Amino acid sequence: MHDRLPAIALCIALATFVAACATAGYQQEAPAVPQGVLDPGGGAIGLPPANADDATADAAAWGRSADASAPPDASYQNSADPVARGQYLAVTGDCVSCHTNPGGQPFAGARPIRTPFGIIYSANITPDPVTGIGRWTEADFYRAMHKGVAHGGKNLYPVFPYTYFTRMSRPDVDAIWAYLLTLPPAYQVKPANKLPFPLNIRFILKLWNALFFRSGEFRPNPAMTAEWNRGAYLVWGPGHCGACHTPKNFLGADRNKRALQGGTLDNWVALDLTGDARGGLANWTGGDIVEYLRSGRNARAAASGSMQEVVYNSTSRMSDSDLAAIASYLKQLPPGRRRGTFKLPSEDALRAGAAIYADTCSACHGANGEGEPRYFPPLAGDAAVQAKDPTTIIRIILGGSRSIPTPARPTPAAMPAFDWKLDDSEVASVATYIRNSWGNGAPEVSRRHVAKLRRLVGHAAQTAQP
Amino acid sequence: MAAAAVDAVIVGFGWTGAIMAEALTAAGLNVLAFERGGWRNSSNNFAVTFDQDELRYFWRHHLFQNVAHSTLTFRNKPDQRALPMRHLGSFLPGAGVGGGGVHWNGQVWRFLPSDFAARSHNLERYGANAVNAAEMTIQDYPVTYAELEPYYDKFEYLCGVSGKAGNLGGSIQPGGNPFEGPRSREYPNPPLRMTYGPTLFAEAAKSLGYHPFPHPAANMSRPYTNPLGVQLAECTYCGFCEKFGCGNDSKSSPQTTILPVLMPRPNFALRTYCEVMKVELTRDRRHATGVSYIDENGVLSFQPANMVILSAFMPENVRLMLLSGIGPPYDPRTGKGTVGKNYSYQIVSSVNVFYDDKITNPFIGAGALGMMIDDFNGDNFDHKGKGFIGGGFLGALNTGARPIETHPVPDNTPKWGAGFKRAMADNYLKTVPIITHGAVMSHRTNYVDLDPTWRDVRGRPLLRMTFDFTDNEHRMSDFLTDKAAEIGRAMGGREIKVNKRSGSYDITPYQTTHTTGGAIIGSDPATSALNRYLQSWDVPNVFVPGANAFPQNAGYNPMGTVAALCYLSAEAIANQYVKSPGPLVHA
Repeated sequence: MHDRLPAIALCIALATFVAACATAGYQQEAPAVPQGVLDPGGGAIGLPPANADDATADAAAWGRSADASAPPDASYQNSADPVARGQYLAVTGDCVSCHTNPGGQPFAGARPIRTPFGIIYSANITPDPVTGIGRWTEADFYRAMHKGVAHGGKNLYPVFPYTYFTRMSRPDVDAIWAYLLTLPPAYQVKPANKLPFPLNIRFILKLWNALFFRSGEFRPNPAMTAEWNRGAYLVWGPGHCGACHTPKNFLGADRNKRALQGGTLDNWVALDLTGDARGGLANWTGGDIVEYLRSGRNARAAASGSMQEVVYNSTSRMSDSDLAAIASYLKQLPPGRRRGTFKLPSEDALRAGAAIYADTCSACHGANGEGEPRYFPPLAGDAAVQAKDPTTIIRIILGGSRSIPTPARPTPAAMPAFDWKLDDSEVASVATYIRNSWGNGAPEVSRRHVAKLRRLVGHAAQTAQP
Repeated sequence: MAAAAVDAVIVGFGWTGAIMAEALTAAGLNVLAFERGGWRNSSNNFAVTFDQDELRYFWRHHLFQNVAHSTLTFRNKPDQRALPMRHLGSFLPGAGVGGGGVHWNGQVWRFLPSDFAARSHNLERYGANAVNAAEMTIQDYPVTYAELEPYYDKFEYLCGVSGKAGNLGGSIQPGGNPFEGPRSREYPNPPLRMTYGPTLFAEAAKSLGYHPFPHPAANMSRPYTNPLGVQLAECTYCGFCEKFGCGNDSKSSPQTTILPVLMPRPNFALRTYCEVMKVELTRDRRHATGVSYIDENGVLSFQPANMVILSAFMPENVRLMLLSGIGPPYDPRTGKGTVGKNYSYQIVSSVNVFYDDKITNPFIGAGALGMMIDDFNGDNFDHKGKGFIGGGFLGALNTGARPIETHPVPDNTPKWGAGFKRAMADNYLKTVPIITHGAVMSHRTNYVDLDPTWRDVRGRPLLRMTFDFTDNEHRMSDFLTDKAAEIGRAMGGREIKVNKRSGSYDITPYQTTHTTGGAIIGSDPATSALNRYLQSWDVPNVFVPGANAFPQNAGYNPMGTVAALCYLSAEAIANQYVKSPGPLVHA
């Protein structure tokens, strides 16, 4: 078979290119506009209400009570009842995020997951016999989690991270199964994936597995503490952190030599979780990590992008001991490969950036990037700001960002969008300035990079324009 | 299909609506709030990227009630014909989530202990003539300062008020207001950083023997997390509070103090663009069955509720009571009836100090940033022989000299043209305004009722306001203005300009949004519309929080007292009314 691999690889690479072109044009639909037929306020002057396009999404963000299922008590973790334990484990795996379409019934799936190869819809994992997993057996479920093979023998796409879940113990997987069976069955047909040929042929996944997948449960390292081992289990098993935080090769598989050193997905950068001094967690204490996972923010950073969902649905609901275990494990990760040197940014960009920063950023983020911890994230020393790939900082400047509210930090503090106010070179300059001030250091941001992201995500502004 | 009944309907979702909804949902009730305007918050509706737009927000009233939708009619005297307000002026009601709490300044005061006994206290000290002159109709509150203290405290901590206590449990504190009633503890945040103009005022006031102190401000002097766990950011002193939303989340509003925890509660729901038409009553008008409302599609519906909280702005609260037939309308000829009675307001004046040699940078400001004296408020001074009762605070308030609105020029400056422009340019950076903020007592012919002629866009009668200042107010305001001028002269400028308030009340220029009364609290159903718990005497499952409850106005901004009364009411509803619905006070 090995002599055929280059041909298959070429085929897949072509398909990747096609798919990437197709997804590049993808745009979110604008939310419905709540318009008063008669506006009792503001409309006195014939101006449209500011940013009405975003009012629905905004009110929803404030009022979100997320999944209808009650958040589990952290004590479920050690419950003798497998259903309770399974509910807790489902939280550690953040199953609900991918398996719930916004506005739909929790765990009923059909959420479009955007991958570089195309759109894959998540499965209905409620016990509905026709569209869900009602006809599965416990063994089927374990095989899916452990081998990536569904009831009936069909291979699952690795966007479902069985590559991580394979490390989970049989009792843990069985407990999740027991919990899923208690969910109200939902009749929800999974839409057809939007994948180009030949990726729509499941047989290809057998090859992918042969190349990149080794099944096997987690084996504790006896040289390390129980806490470290628990952390490693959570990170590499149910938590599937590397699914986002490990860079991928051109076939979407983890580049294991650079495990947890940061990746990109859906036009967001997932941070380097190792002890890297600039883009990683070298300056974070274990307490910082726990606070971030619990509340979505700490004195150094606030969750943005897809991590908001992870915090909201998963880590903010985990037990203190599990968060401490994750912190313990991450803090013992050595820094990854040393970053190469980069060209110092131009004086022009820094000068323009400094002026823009003083005008438009300093009121909240402070004259020296100090921010207001836990409210306006500090920019000095921030990992996302200094990530080699500036995607996240550009996106936040263009589209704004809203902090995810958690029980510990309920305030949905938000930064407004600047895409209407700053042009591409202004965004590039101010981003470059922020990445290279107050002790920060990172490559210059190009105008072209900003222009590209503006095209890709311009319609996904999180907060408003005038 | 009929809607399911809720425990409580909230009508109007500003400060009192949010306070009530938070308290009642915390007590386990199912609460549904109706708001005639839309959803609003800083990141979308007044973001830092466009918040400081004076044309849009100040001049074009972007956050206020749309007078083409609904307004009120006005006259000074009962024998005049009232005409509708076609442009907001003297006061600026809000519309939309957060109500006026979005565009207020954040001035959080407590009334004086003697303000709650306005009639009996003045009667005892100054005799019957003082409280009966010019058909004054002032009344005592049915609550005391001591009873409200815990609720004042609660609101101040909710809002993270920046200030300095002057009276801690009876012990006078240096640097605070020595005239205030005793507080149980210090303000949650230290005073704002003081700018130059107010500092000059404080020095002059002190040299004259007065007692200056920093204005208590719901603008954050430092980052703050309130008891609900909601966070506010530190104020940037941008000077765009009054008439503006805060893009920086450093001014307290329902959005920045309550809504983040209220909105996700499963027993709470908010419906925007829904305007309540009236409270529906049983045939005997002793019980409310719910409210009828028009939604954003123009559909009229009925929402059943066990309890109705009218938490709109003062004029709308009173209008809804009159439209619904809750309580007997007030008749100024006989003095009988209660709803519409004792409409009151405030009387303000100012003095400008002009310097040649001092740059005061008045554009650095915050809604409640300033130094005040309270030596001439309430009964903090002897009124014998002065011919008036009441008083007010005065001081240098630096809300931010926004350029379209602010053009202080000395006397004898041309009203327009090159001379005016030159005077503006010469003086803008070199002035300090001193404001006086005076009480208005209630009088027999100052009241509100339904207009017989004019109707709103829904066909309902507008509220008709009949109001004028009396000699008591003018004498008091002139007295305060003289004191302000005295301090202004002592501030050592080149000259001062005195802006007295004279003649009849003029509803066109902005003064304050402190309209009060109309559905007042009292201990007698014959002379008040509400009992001490803001509960209607006539329809006991209707509660009416707001400044409508003030029997007369004091010389302070109303919000602190509005909130304290609201918390008192919410607690009584949760602890007493829910267990045993019915009148909480038996008169």
